[in-house]
Amino acid sequence: MTALTVAGLTLREAARRRVVWALLALTVVLLALSAWGFSKLVGLDTELGTMTSGEARLVASLLLNLIMFGMSLIAAIGTAFLAGPTLAGEVESGQALAILARPVRRSSVLLGKWLGLVGFGCGYAVLAGLAQLLVVRVTVGYWPPAPAAGLALLAAETVVLLTLALLLSSVVSPMASGIIAVGLFGATWVAGVVGGIGGALGNEGVERVGTVSRILLPTDGLWRGAMNAFQDPISLVQMGPGEGGFPFLSEAPLTPAYLAWAAVWIAVIWGLTALSFSRRDV
Amino acid sequence: MTFADAATVRGVTSDTAAAGSAADALAGLPPSPAVWCSGLRKRYGRQTAVDDVSFTVARGEVLGLLGPNGAGKTSVIKMLLGLVRPDAGEVLLLGRRSSDPRSRSAVGYLPELFRYQPWLTAAEVLDLHVRLARVPVGASERRECLALVGLADRADDRVGGFSKGMQQRLGLAVALVARPELVVLDEPTSALDPLGRVDVRDIVLSLKSRGMAVLLNSHLIGEVERVCDRVVILDKGRVAASGTLAELLGQREVRLRLGDLDGHAEDRLRAAGSLTRSGDWFTVALPADDDGVTVPDLVRDLVGLGVRVHAVEPVRISLEERLLGILRHEESVR
Repeated sequence: MTALTVAGLTLREAARRRVVWALLALTVVLLALSAWGFSKLVGLDTELGTMTSGEARLVASLLLNLIMFGMSLIAAIGTAFLAGPTLAGEVESGQALAILARPVRRSSVLLGKWLGLVGFGCGYAVLAGLAQLLVVRVTVGYWPPAPAAGLALLAAETVVLLTLALLLSSVVSPMASGIIAVGLFGATWVAGVVGGIGGALGNEGVERVGTVSRILLPTDGLWRGAMNAFQDPISLVQMGPGEGGFPFLSEAPLTPAYLAWAAVWIAVIWGLTALSFSRRDV
Repeated sequence: MTFADAATVRGVTSDTAAAGSAADALAGLPPSPAVWCSGLRKRYGRQTAVDDVSFTVARGEVLGLLGPNGAGKTSVIKMLLGLVRPDAGEVLLLGRRSSDPRSRSAVGYLPELFRYQPWLTAAEVLDLHVRLARVPVGASERRECLALVGLADRADDRVGGFSKGMQQRLGLAVALVARPELVVLDEPTSALDPLGRVDVRDIVLSLKSRGMAVLLNSHLIGEVERVCDRVVILDKGRVAASGTLAELLGQREVRLRLGDLDGHAEDRLRAAGSLTRSGDWFTVALPADDDGVTVPDLVRDLVGLGVRVHAVEPVRISLEERLLGILRHEESVR
C-alpha cells in the first residue's frame, strides 16, 4: 500500500518535473534523425556500387544496434539522474522527514521509489525502442529476429542501472550518485569492447576484462544480449571471423545463468540499499 | 519509570503481550503516555548531541522543549519519531515501541526543516499524507485543515510557488490532517509573521482543549510560557531542568503600595507570607500551595483595617529569566 502510494508519487514527480518531456523531445529527435538516415540507406551509392537491399538490411541491423545504444544511454542517464535525487535529495532537502515520520517502513518507501523508477525506465526503454524498430521496418524493411526479448533486455539494463543509482544515492550526494552510476555504465561498456577486442585477438587476459566487468555490473552483458536479439543473424556470418572486436554486434544470446545472475545482482543491490537506507539518520 | 514499568502500561503492544486475558487486565489501566522516553543518547562522531535524556508527555498535555541552539532538541524529537537511531535508550509513542512504524499512526509532525514536494499542490500534499497515515479523512475535512492554517484559497496551487511562511503553514496542516493524538511541532513559527505566530498559538491551545498531546520545541519562550503545561529544558544534550511552569518558576510574590499602615496591618501582611518593605512598597512571598485566595483575602482584610491600598502588583519571575538562570548555572534545579 505504502509502496504503491510512493510509486505513484515517483511517477507523478517524473511527469511534473518535465523529465518525461525532456526525454520525449530527445527521443523524437533521435527517431527523426534515424528515420532520415535509414531512408537514405537503400539505393545508396558507394565506391563498390549501389547498395543492394540485402546489404542495406545488414547495415541497417548494425545501425539499429548503434541507435539502440543511444536509446539505452538516454534511458540510463535519465533514470540515473532521476534515481539520484530521489533518496539523497529528499533527505538533504528535508522532504523525507515528513514522509518517514508517517507509519511507514523505510523499505516500503524504498520499494515504492524503485517500482516507480522501474515503471518509468522500463516504460521509456520499451516504447522508445519499439518506435525505433518500427522506424527501421518502415524505412528499410528490416525486422529483428527477437524484438520482444531485445526490448525486455534493454529494460532490464535500465533496471540494473537505476538500482545501482538508488544504492549510491543512499550513501552519497544526489548529483554524485547520478554521475558515478552513468560513469560506471560507460566504463563497463568500454571494458566490454576491450574484452571483445581481446577475444578477437585471442588474448585471454584482455578478454577477461570484459567478462569480469559484465559480472560486476550486468548492464553491458544485458546490452549485448539485447544487441543479439536485434541484429540480423546473417550479419555475423557476413562480417566473418574477428567480428568480436566490433562493438555493435554480439556473438551469442545470453545464457539463462547470466540472466539469473543479473536478477540476483539486482536483488542484492536492492537489499544493500534497503539496509543502508533503514540505518540512515535523516 | 523503568522500561519494565512502562511496558505494563495499557496500550503497550509488544509482540509478546497479546494474550486475551492480559489485554482485559490492561484495559482497566489509564492510557499510556503520548511520549515516554528513557536514557536517550546520541553521538555524532566525537560530539555528544544527546546524553541520557528521559521525559514523558502525558495524554492531552502540552510539553515545551526549551534550550539554546545545539542543545539537542531536534535530535531528541527525531529520535522519538524514528528518524534518527539512538545509540542508547528506549522510546514509546502512544504505548508502542518507536521501532514499530505503527507507533506513528496517530502522530503528526512539523519538522524544523519543512519542505514538501514542490511539484504537488497543497491539497495533493495532504492527500499523500492521509494515504501514508492510512486514516480515512474525507475531502471536506482536508479542506477544513487547510482553512485552519489559512491556506484554503491556495489548495490547488503548487507548493513550489509558496513562500516559506506558507510552506510552514502547510506543514502544520500536514501535521494535523490525519487526526493525530500526538502532535510534534519543531519550531513551528520560525518562518511566520506575528499574526501567524498568534494563529499557531491558538491552534495549539485548541489542540489542548480537544485532549491532544503536543510536544512543542520553540525558541520563543513567551510562546512556550503561554501554551505549555510543562517544560523540559535541555542544555548540552542533557535535561537541565523539567517540571510544570509553577514548579520551574517557583514562588510567586505580590507587591503592594500601602498607606496609613499600623501594627495590626503589618501582622496581617506577615500572616500571608514572608514580608519585605521598601518605603511604602511591601512585598509578600506567597506560599507554594496558594490556591488563589491569599491575595484577595489579604486586600479585603487590609481595607477592613483602614489601610489605604494604592497598588497591588503580582511579581512573577518570567520563564525567560528562569531559563537564562538555569543555562548560566546560577542555580541548579536538577
